[in-house]
Amino acid sequence: MGSSRNDETGKKLGMWLFLYTEIILFGGLFVLYAVYLTLHPQAFIDGGKQLSRTFGLINTIILLISSFAVAASITAVQKKQKKRALGALAATLGCGLIFLVNKYFEWGHKIHAGIYPNSERLLDGPPGENLFFGLYYVITGLHGLHIIIGMTVLAVAMGAVAQDRIRPNRLALLENAGLYWHLVDLIWIFIFPLFYLII
Amino acid sequence: MTSHIQSYKTLALVLGCLLVLTAVTVGASYVDLGRLNVWVALAIASVKGSLVLLFFMHMRFEGPLLKVSFLSTIGFLAIMIGFTFWDIAFR
Repeated sequence: MGSSRNDETGKKLGMWLFLYTEIILFGGLFVLYAVYLTLHPQAFIDGGKQLSRTFGLINTIILLISSFAVAASITAVQKKQKKRALGALAATLGCGLIFLVNKYFEWGHKIHAGIYPNSERLLDGPPGENLFFGLYYVITGLHGLHIIIGMTVLAVAMGAVAQDRIRPNRLALLENAGLYWHLVDLIWIFIFPLFYLII
Repeated sequence: MTSHIQSYKTLALVLGCLLVLTAVTVGASYVDLGRLNVWVALAIASVKGSLVLLFFMHMRFEGPLLKVSFLSTIGFLAIMIGFTFWDIAFR
């Protein structure tokens, strides 16, 4: 009647509960977006036009591939294909890195153009544009932070796979790292159209 | 606990669908539907999100506890967003 030595179900449930808090966290930011979009529709459209669709699209594709990769790594572990699992995780981390590099260029470009929180250009411009870019920096910034956290957790899981601590009957660490990463992808799936594709 | 093993083929198929839907959402953003554009974008994003959730995040194999708790979270979000709109719509 004591606690089981290895509670895979409990670990998974714990991770999902945490993911729910993350959904509400970003959900709150999307509430802000929704309200300000409603109050400043034209400024949001104009703001969106200033974002690079190319960068946004590439980042979307990169994250979708990365989610595939981490899911494939779990399949690989289940099939006892260790090398493939490590390769898939390396690919996931590589995708995350490309995403961050893209984000660096995107933000750099905007900051260079004088568009950043509290910049003169935003303060002197239409209030809706200020709100749009304020939300852009906060939401993509918080999202980028989650990419970094996700990559860290995945790297830990990758180390565990390498040391055979992840096995078909001991998947929780890798599965949970994967779940966190998929959530980061999920959030971006909504960020992309709402910021880059509004017309 | 060994969960169901999803074949590489299944996962690749899901990725394929996600990429197609990405193309659709980009394409839809070139068609001016006025206020409807946001809803079309959200609908496509929700389908993409569901694919990630069901297949990559394994939800289609999970039990009622996770399914119900997840839907409840979405329900909470719907209320948080919906009631906020209800409020500002009448200001």
